[in-house]
Amino acid sequence: MPEEITREIFDHLVDLAALEMDEEEADYLRKELNNQLDAIHELEAIEFDPSTPVTSHGVPYTEAISSALREDRIEPCKEADEIVGQAPEEQDRYIVVPDIPAEELQ
Amino acid sequence: MSEQLCDLPAFVVAQKVRSGELKATEVLESVLTRMDQVEGKTPSSSYERFEEADLEKVHAFVTITRDRAWSQAEAVDQAIRAGQDPGPLAGVPVSIKDIFCVKGTPSTAGSKILESFISPYTATPAVRLEQAGAVMVGKVNLDEFAFGSSNEASAFLPPVGNPWNPAYVPGGSSGGSAASVAAGEAAISLGTDTAGSIRQPAAFCGVVGLKPTYGRVSRYGLIAFASSLDCPGTITRNVTDAAHALNVIAGEDPYDATAVKIPVEDPVPRLEAGVKGMRIGLSPDYFQLKYPDPESGELREQAISKEIADEVYRAADYLSGAGAEIIEDVPMPNTRFGIPVYFVISRVEAASNLHRYDGVKYGYRFPGDEEDLRQLYRETRAEGFGTQVKLRILMGMYVSAQQYEKGYYEQALKVRTLIRQDFSRIFDQEGEYKLDCLLTATTPTAAFKIGEVYGDTVLMQYADLLTVPCNHAGIPGLSIPAGLNGEGLPIGIQFLGPDFSEASLLQVGRTIEMLTEDAEWRKIKPQILETL
Repeated sequence: MPEEITREIFDHLVDLAALEMDEEEADYLRKELNNQLDAIHELEAIEFDPSTPVTSHGVPYTEAISSALREDRIEPCKEADEIVGQAPEEQDRYIVVPDIPAEELQ
Repeated sequence: MSEQLCDLPAFVVAQKVRSGELKATEVLESVLTRMDQVEGKTPSSSYERFEEADLEKVHAFVTITRDRAWSQAEAVDQAIRAGQDPGPLAGVPVSIKDIFCVKGTPSTAGSKILESFISPYTATPAVRLEQAGAVMVGKVNLDEFAFGSSNEASAFLPPVGNPWNPAYVPGGSSGGSAASVAAGEAAISLGTDTAGSIRQPAAFCGVVGLKPTYGRVSRYGLIAFASSLDCPGTITRNVTDAAHALNVIAGEDPYDATAVKIPVEDPVPRLEAGVKGMRIGLSPDYFQLKYPDPESGELREQAISKEIADEVYRAADYLSGAGAEIIEDVPMPNTRFGIPVYFVISRVEAASNLHRYDGVKYGYRFPGDEEDLRQLYRETRAEGFGTQVKLRILMGMYVSAQQYEKGYYEQALKVRTLIRQDFSRIFDQEGEYKLDCLLTATTPTAAFKIGEVYGDTVLMQYADLLTVPCNHAGIPGLSIPAGLNGEGLPIGIQFLGPDFSEASLLQVGRTIEMLTEDAEWRKIKPQILETL
């Protein structure tokens, strides 16, 4: 069977995922991805009614068991300084980042 | 070895501390002494070279929170002196998987990208343990972002050693939790189970692992892996402790809309009520499955380890002798698709959850002069994430990207429905089987050697073969120790029940515990403790 994830597709995925890697890591990851797809293809053998609904959580969430939505309320955040203080680079409570790529609108 | 205070069950510690017979500080002292004896090297992101000595110790803790533990233990003793109620888990030493945020502590998720992150808040189940008087002794290691079944995928090494033989893996991803409890470094550990991450390490380390129903325990403050599967739960040395711990951590939470408002049944009163009249199933689909050949890697139909299957049948005999009805040949035809479905769903959810790590808001940032923000993202994520994390993100991208996906995700969600239907059918009280629970092995094999499987991601994923269907279905599962194999490594068996049936699973588990109280294997202690 030809490789499903070619080098070209792989490089595109790396770009989508905002990652980078060296050749050795890329070769290993691409091999494992294709091996995992072999296992995923087991799913194609299953015959079932196409109208089968999807399950996104195992346990069905009915209104009776779900918590009510909280009322919208403005509350000051007590930990704001601690949270902003976690940023790797910060100046006067602003988070500092390098240039943000943008295109001029026509 | 002689039994120390740190080897006492949690419920005994709580009883004695609450009655004033024992001080919380004495228990803590015993735990810290045990840690000094068994921990060895502190896991670190700058670990470079493997040494033989790394295979002799447990190194379960990423962070030991001594000061916090002392002040909590002193507060418990102070409350007792003042005649106040210190809570139902007074003085009980607990460890917390480092994927839960705990205010003021590093909360790393086993990843370099969160190495510098100090959480500004505490996860709900951890808050509840501390409010109940438990003493938090530290944060324990895991596979990075809980992606793994052996603990070898942490950014902080050496990897956790199995207390029964530290050259073997403790399982994963809650391997630090299971190892710390098995070695007497904590009586309760808070873990998470996404595909078996509580039950599989519990089985490998000879302890009790409870994965509650999805929605039974709040996920607030849990660093997300696969949000529709992640479930907080406990690892303990006995079933009674699991019942007491569940009472504390379970229940509704205004901070997690998926934490259901169904009242929590206290499992303690009926723990020792026996199994008379219960209907317990055995399914051939949990004994014979398609999984990769350990030698060739080829996917083929195989039986689980005979030593493990024998223990499942032995447990069924015990339960039958105690008055339960054992129903054989229960069909669970979609069990074999658990891993392929998981390969799709968990990767899509993981890729989505991990997009937030960008080097901007918190955690690691690549220390260079990047020309623009996108380059900063790429270099930060390239350096901050380990290989196994990248693999999951890339697979998640592939099976959900518009131009590549061939209906993988939708197909997987539909097969997830079929897996849920398998369980609904056997637990239906109007249906053919009317089961109270299903009895299976927890894992197809016992623990493997460190380095033996790591790297082969398909084979590693199949370690969760028997545990993952429960996560897809959302139902609860309990793994308890059932004996030792020929190499002296623990074997675990698992009970799976309908939604919110934790109390009845614990009741069945406690029954087995009582029936095997005098078994020879129960007298054998983990190797790491024998040498003390």
